[in-house]
Amino acid sequence: MNEAILSVRDLEVEFTLRGRTLHAIRGINLDVYEGESLAIVGESGSGKSVFCKTFMGLLDSNGTITHGQILYKGTDLAAFRTEKEWLSVRGREIAMVMQDPMTSLNPLKTVGAQICEALTLHQGMQGDAAKQKAIEILGDVGITEAARRFGQYPHEFSGGMRQRVVIAIAVACNPRILICDEPTTALDVTIQAQILTLLRALKEKYKLTTLYITHDLGVVANVADRIAVMYAGDIVELGTCEEVFYEPKHPYTWALLSSLPQLGVKGESLYSIPGTPPNLFSEVRGDAFAPRNPYALKIDFVERPPYFEVSPTHKARTWLLDPRAPKVEPPENIRNLRAVGEERT
Amino acid sequence: MSMERIPLLQVKDLVVTFGARRDRFTAVKGVSFDVHRGETFGLVGESGSGKTTIGRTIIRVNPAAGGEILYNGERISGKISRERDRAVTRKIQMIFQDPMASLNERAKVDYIVSEGLYNLGLSLTEEQRRQRVARALSDVGLLPEFAGRFPHEFSGGQRQRIGIARALIMEPEFIIADEPISALDVSIRAQVLNLLADLQRKRGLTYLFISHDLSVMRFICDRIAVIHLGRIVELAETEKLFAHPLHPYTRALLSAIPLPDPAAEKSKVLEVYDPACHHYEKDAPVWTEAEPGHFVLANGEELDAYRRMLG
Repeated sequence: MNEAILSVRDLEVEFTLRGRTLHAIRGINLDVYEGESLAIVGESGSGKSVFCKTFMGLLDSNGTITHGQILYKGTDLAAFRTEKEWLSVRGREIAMVMQDPMTSLNPLKTVGAQICEALTLHQGMQGDAAKQKAIEILGDVGITEAARRFGQYPHEFSGGMRQRVVIAIAVACNPRILICDEPTTALDVTIQAQILTLLRALKEKYKLTTLYITHDLGVVANVADRIAVMYAGDIVELGTCEEVFYEPKHPYTWALLSSLPQLGVKGESLYSIPGTPPNLFSEVRGDAFAPRNPYALKIDFVERPPYFEVSPTHKARTWLLDPRAPKVEPPENIRNLRAVGEERT
Repeated sequence: MSMERIPLLQVKDLVVTFGARRDRFTAVKGVSFDVHRGETFGLVGESGSGKTTIGRTIIRVNPAAGGEILYNGERISGKISRERDRAVTRKIQMIFQDPMASLNERAKVDYIVSEGLYNLGLSLTEEQRRQRVARALSDVGLLPEFAGRFPHEFSGGQRQRIGIARALIMEPEFIIADEPISALDVSIRAQVLNLLADLQRKRGLTYLFISHDLSVMRFICDRIAVIHLGRIVELAETEKLFAHPLHPYTRALLSAIPLPDPAAEKSKVLEVYDPACHHYEKDAPVWTEAEPGHFVLANGEELDAYRRMLG
């Protein structure tokens, strides 16, 4: 395996809201390896976006990193205090593609100018050199007639094309890490598949490390090398793509997979996770998922489970993996996935 | 069978245009389909295919430029009597895509849900109205107390339930669900899909389900029509469509469905639909039944190929 390019150690993030404290990230440890593509999956409010925003210093002003380190090439990003320090990393080292291409472009500037801006700022290119490079990048992200499109405004582009422009701007920063925050949720299924294929191709060409943030486990099978499943500000399961899909161990991962319509049986109701995510304003006792977990053990309500190692690359935070725990079989559609996995290997 | 299935809704050669004269744009180019009572009919296509426009034309938001729409055998497109217009408004309701944008932020849930009742000017006492709001809310799994709250106090899934309650209070027969779950989280999607299926079982509702996502369609629809640039290119029962997709556009849509299976997904070849693959200059396409109940838009040469695929 490659070297870790980004190491997160015991990260905790808190937000202050009307005098109350919200624990958005509750002690995350994660290594992101150079050149890999890692997907971070979780429901709304699980903290997946907040987690990635800490890498770029983009937390809202009421949010602070209260504990832990984010090591990027030996520098601790969590210790950054000034905007100037962040500017050395933001865009140049770590860039981001936002969710909604309809709102993330400046409607008053041509797309060419917006790409050139990134080239000038981060690669010091000027005038014609910048223009040539911008046209080349537009071609790379799959925009035909790039030279003509260079002078057009965002409103002249469709949703999928705009997302390609947003990706072009991110790539123009020449970053090492590209964070894609729900890059395809606002797009059609056919366009989604094309954008994911594009991101995979760009990752090879520009030797990028990519982080995908998404709520839909279905879309990451195509692009992810590893998957981290987040729940209530914590990573509850981490493994290679194959391990998480074919051999998931955490009941929350089972629940997420079971609620995919792709695995549903027509005429039967689709699995839906009962209850709501925990309120992170109050202290979470035990396993945060326990109240919604039909497989919860007594200890889940009392003590937070540690990580149990399933394989050197696969670990999960659930007491079900403790040798003393009763043996629990996952639901039927999860067992079917395992059968599919065995067939493939 | 003595009980012939009478279509609840018939759309015949529907044409919808926007703009006038030189700027005229035809969004729907002669679309025909029937929806039977009690079934879930799916309309699938990309943005810009005209699928939402069809839904809006049925509830008389957009006027039809050609063709007609029949509901229960009666024409509901074009000029119709006031009584029939009100009947259509009550019997056909719509659920919208984005629950964050489709609820009035300044109104309480009580008003949002009962707005339709007010608009029809039904002679209900305040007490009766309140009871109907409470019942509609509990039908969608919300507490009647929520009536006193504002939309911003709810999560996305709950807001979509309010949107459904607003449709249900009119006691409709036919519901047009326009991408009702695409703005929701995967786990919340399951809840809303189950709720829609449950309501259909209990009340015998008929759905026109509009979406761009075939994986959701497969789960909920009885029959699916695939629409591309204002034309239906294929129509079949869900199982038939998934087993033998004929039209290249349908195949492209199917290949784009993300699978929760990394090995299959990583070796998958994405099919991209290029309209240039058709040779319609000499031989124009016709709407034909390739196998019983399975229709496709094809010319003679293509139809032969499709029939060979069906075996």
